[in-house]
Amino acid sequence: MAHVRTAGPVLVVVAAIFAIWYVAVIPMNIKDAITQAERAGATVSPEGAQARRDMSAIGLAVRNTAVIPATYALDRPRLPAPHQIAAELWDTTIDKKITSKRSLVFHGWVTLSATLLGFAIGTAAGILLAVGIVHSRAMDMSVMPWAIASQTIPILAIAPMVIVVLNSIGVQGLIPKAIISAYLSFFPVVVGMVKGLRTPDAMQMDLLRTYNANRNQTFWRLRLPASLPFLFASLKIAVAAALVGTIVAELPAGGGRGLGGRMLTGSYYGQMIQIWSALVMAALLAAGLVFLISLIERISLRRLGLAS
Amino acid sequence: MSEANSPVIRAHALDLTFQTADGPVHALKDVNLEIAKGEFVSFIGPSGCGKTTFLRCVAGLEQPTGGTISVNGMTPDEARQARAYGYVFQAAGLYPWRTIGRNISLPLEIMGYSKADQKDRVSRVLDLVELSGFERKYPWQLSGGMQQRASIARALAFDADILLMDEPFGALDEIVRDHLNEQLLALWARTEKTIGFVTHSIPEAVYLSTKIVVMSPRPGRITDVIDSPLPKERPLDIRDSPEFIEIAHRVRDGLRAGHADD
Repeated sequence: MAHVRTAGPVLVVVAAIFAIWYVAVIPMNIKDAITQAERAGATVSPEGAQARRDMSAIGLAVRNTAVIPATYALDRPRLPAPHQIAAELWDTTIDKKITSKRSLVFHGWVTLSATLLGFAIGTAAGILLAVGIVHSRAMDMSVMPWAIASQTIPILAIAPMVIVVLNSIGVQGLIPKAIISAYLSFFPVVVGMVKGLRTPDAMQMDLLRTYNANRNQTFWRLRLPASLPFLFASLKIAVAAALVGTIVAELPAGGGRGLGGRMLTGSYYGQMIQIWSALVMAALLAAGLVFLISLIERISLRRLGLAS
Repeated sequence: MSEANSPVIRAHALDLTFQTADGPVHALKDVNLEIAKGEFVSFIGPSGCGKTTFLRCVAGLEQPTGGTISVNGMTPDEARQARAYGYVFQAAGLYPWRTIGRNISLPLEIMGYSKADQKDRVSRVLDLVELSGFERKYPWQLSGGMQQRASIARALAFDADILLMDEPFGALDEIVRDHLNEQLLALWARTEKTIGFVTHSIPEAVYLSTKIVVMSPRPGRITDVIDSPLPKERPLDIRDSPEFIEIAHRVRDGLRAGHADD
């Protein structure tokens, strides 16, 4: 029942987004469409690119209604229509062999593999740092400020340096991208995990003291299980951050490989459709990863009796 | 070799001063008390009288700043390491991710009991607090009173001779409380443990105890120690008997005297 009741509003929002998008395509592409129509011999108003230069896009669309259908079918639109992106996605995922350099499945996998490795490194580092921070006051004082500082530096500035430095010592391909991806994803894990490991209150800690429990027992039996809901919330943020990190790292990495590489070559050649389809692919990947973590979260919390 | 009636808990000239931002707070001042084996001792007094602090000193959770205290002839810290007592807090504090049975086996796991032994003990103490059949339930599936009974079972599971209870029924309603008090007395009779029990409630203290320690605040100190003449067998309607009312009066007078000093 709940699904049926929420389906309506969700569909309305999606329909509104597509409607706005389709309307926006007309003014965004009208100048290019008129120029092409004029070259092909059609009559347009006013004639000559010079005369149209300072005119508003909406004004041009109103005066050249016959050209409007062409705004949805340009080879290199400024704003591609959703169906053009869908067609490009179909072409580059279903029709192309996945070994092809033009296959988005190939590029998607390049990005996904670096993202997963980076996410794994980031999560492991985040959990280890959090455990250290919770158990050692010195680490709390010394590591936490650096962790926060690390996130204030724009990743766009860090990524090329890491790529260049690692390249100079002969490390290329997956690893540099994974490191940048880990750099973005460890932080939410540290913050969430520190918070989670610290949730047991004084009474809970006293109870274990009355059993004369050691640190190890306190960690595995109390702190860790208490932190799991926080960990999963952090992991969802971390996996999305890992994907962003990988894509950013793929820009300076060169070679046009991965979704970041597709976006970069797309912008070199004015191929907005290529950029948008890489974006959609990245969004689908992120949604899939977050969904997967939600699933693991639900299963493990239910096993632990923390959710009904 | 401790004789049958040598004290299990002995405090002599016990002082505890907390250093706070607002200056020192005398939580305990010159507290002298002896508790014999098998006694049921209630600590009663207004907030800040040091009753919980005293219990925490017995448990080795607070370090006194003066005087001496011994538990089973050891320092409280040694007694804690020897797992000489079970402690029941005001909140049940069960782990939501563990079933009732696994919550009760928590101290047993930590203390290294064998799996088979854990199983035996869990079912035995569940029976003791009348929660048999709830072993596989999660805490949220139980009422507040049942949760608190489970936490008492957890404190009993490793067979410590001493049971320390810090307002265990403070958050429960009157009817549940009466029932749990009755059960606690039955449990005390069966297990012959020495019980230290902190409470705000005069009827609860009088109904349960063989010895009532009346305390007053600023500084936290003992103003009266009453040995109860009530018999060991105590049906709930003993609370209407003249003896009961007389002791309750004496407790109330002791509490009032503590306040008159202000």
